[in-house]
Amino acid sequence: MIELKNVCKHYKVAKRSSGLSEAVKSLFRREYTSIQALDNISFTVRDGEAVGYIGPNGAGKSSTIKIMSGILTPDSGTCFINGRVPWRDRTAHVQEIGVVFGQRSQLWWDVPVADSFDLLRDIYRVDGSAYRRTLGRLTELLDLGELLRTPARQLSLGQRMRCEIAASLLHEPKILFLDEPTIGLDAVSKAAVRSFIRAVNKEQGTTVLLTTHDMQDIEALTERILLIGKGRILLDGTLDELKRRRPSQRKLTVAYNGDKLPAIEGLSILKDEHSRAELLLDTELLSVSEAIARISAQAEIKDVSVAGESVEELVVSLYREYRI
Amino acid sequence: MKAYLSFFRIRFLAGLQYRTAAWAGIATQFAWGGMNLLMYAAFYKTGADAFPMEFAALSDYIWLQQAFLALFMTWYFDGEILDAVVTGSVAYELCRPADLYAMWFVKGLAVRTSRALLRFAPILLVAVFLPAPYSLGLPAGPLAALLFVFSMALGLCVIVALSMLIYISAFYTVSPLGVRVLAGTLMEFFAGGVLPLPFFPDALRTILYALPFASIQNTPFLIYTGHLRSREALLELLLQAVWLVLLVALGRFWMRRAIRRTVVQGG
Repeated sequence: MIELKNVCKHYKVAKRSSGLSEAVKSLFRREYTSIQALDNISFTVRDGEAVGYIGPNGAGKSSTIKIMSGILTPDSGTCFINGRVPWRDRTAHVQEIGVVFGQRSQLWWDVPVADSFDLLRDIYRVDGSAYRRTLGRLTELLDLGELLRTPARQLSLGQRMRCEIAASLLHEPKILFLDEPTIGLDAVSKAAVRSFIRAVNKEQGTTVLLTTHDMQDIEALTERILLIGKGRILLDGTLDELKRRRPSQRKLTVAYNGDKLPAIEGLSILKDEHSRAELLLDTELLSVSEAIARISAQAEIKDVSVAGESVEELVVSLYREYRI
Repeated sequence: MKAYLSFFRIRFLAGLQYRTAAWAGIATQFAWGGMNLLMYAAFYKTGADAFPMEFAALSDYIWLQQAFLALFMTWYFDGEILDAVVTGSVAYELCRPADLYAMWFVKGLAVRTSRALLRFAPILLVAVFLPAPYSLGLPAGPLAALLFVFSMALGLCVIVALSMLIYISAFYTVSPLGVRVLAGTLMEFFAGGVLPLPFFPDALRTILYALPFASIQNTPFLIYTGHLRSREALLELLLQAVWLVLLVALGRFWMRRAIRRTVVQGG
């Protein structure tokens, strides 16, 4: 159980304008601006939930993760994770969580991955048989076999990320924080990482909280979404609820054989030139598939695309809606 | 405890990988030690009475210094630790149910002992068979040999405790390079790395002997050569232990403060 209430955190950032005279001035007097990274953040995550934490860069996602993993102390507000305050009860707290920072590595660069794992086993005081069981399961699920004997420096990014995730699960944490776990990975590695995280969440009942910019991560992994912007939680709901908030107007772009499209009921033609037409559709009046059927009744469609359909675009429209 | 042991093990084994570097190091240390001795030989020829040590004892000091350079190097700071602090990877280490100070301390011990282990034996072995007075003599006695070993261990811990302070300072600076270069050079000078401490003028020497830097390599080497005898040697050993306790206490206190106000940089 994760409970955050009214958590605030600000950073002091040294500011100066460009130019030599400004640089000299800053030697004597530094000007700081205060940035409110987190502004009254409150949310609760139940055991076994999978939550996607989204928001643009600099919205406060990583700060929240750092507070929940006990690295960062907030200015005010309370945070209880399984009944503990992370930064006050750090050692006991971290024993129960696993953390993956997508942009950093926890494996020792110049030794085989298995050695790093053994070390983590000793650090987390995992007993021998439990460790062997967990490692066996992780090796199978993430296909680590050969990788374990390879030094971390020789792994590709995708291979390394699989090892990083395994590393943070060796002590069977109840909660897993993933900070951009698929960053920089190719499509195949992303799919592998996603299916694994899903398995951990569903089969082990591990609570998963992940931040990402990749909307496919969200679609594949989480039922619930927290949208943060400018340090505030803007939206807390399921993906479906979110989809329902999506504006009902869609833009269809159609390439067809022929000169001009005739007027079609329920669709307004925005543009129609060189056998390409842009049409506006209100999904409350007409479904996308029905609209396509009506167009194809009038002309032979070569290609069609629908804007505002993917979760990606949904999030862009949300960012725009909240001006973040 | 087991965690720290296996952490020592992993760093120690990693350190043993770099064998070519060790051979290169051994060659350098020989050349450097030889040059030093020839230079001192020239000084001693003009008037051996002006010097505080017998030439044979000086040879011991210099060969020990070269052989155990990797153990006591004052200018060495762990790039991984400094990088971790600067780039924020320290976030991972802070998420472990382990004591960060102890982890880094153990790492320092492991790196230094593994490096020294690859280097010291060939140097000592050859130095012993050099013609007198350029050779490395035996320790001043069985008691001196025993105290030497204890003093070496304490000296190693003192230099690791000192370098911990540099790592912790990296939490406060944007780039640790300046502190690192300055501290490395000053510590080398004060530890007797440039000129053996007995060669300093009386007033300055008294101060230098009291500073923690003398507790790194100067104390064990002077015990070996017999420059420090039983009671004196024991007192110096005690001073080493006192410095170690103080430095560790300071480091731990400072680290707790540093972590409390830490902002892990980037993404």
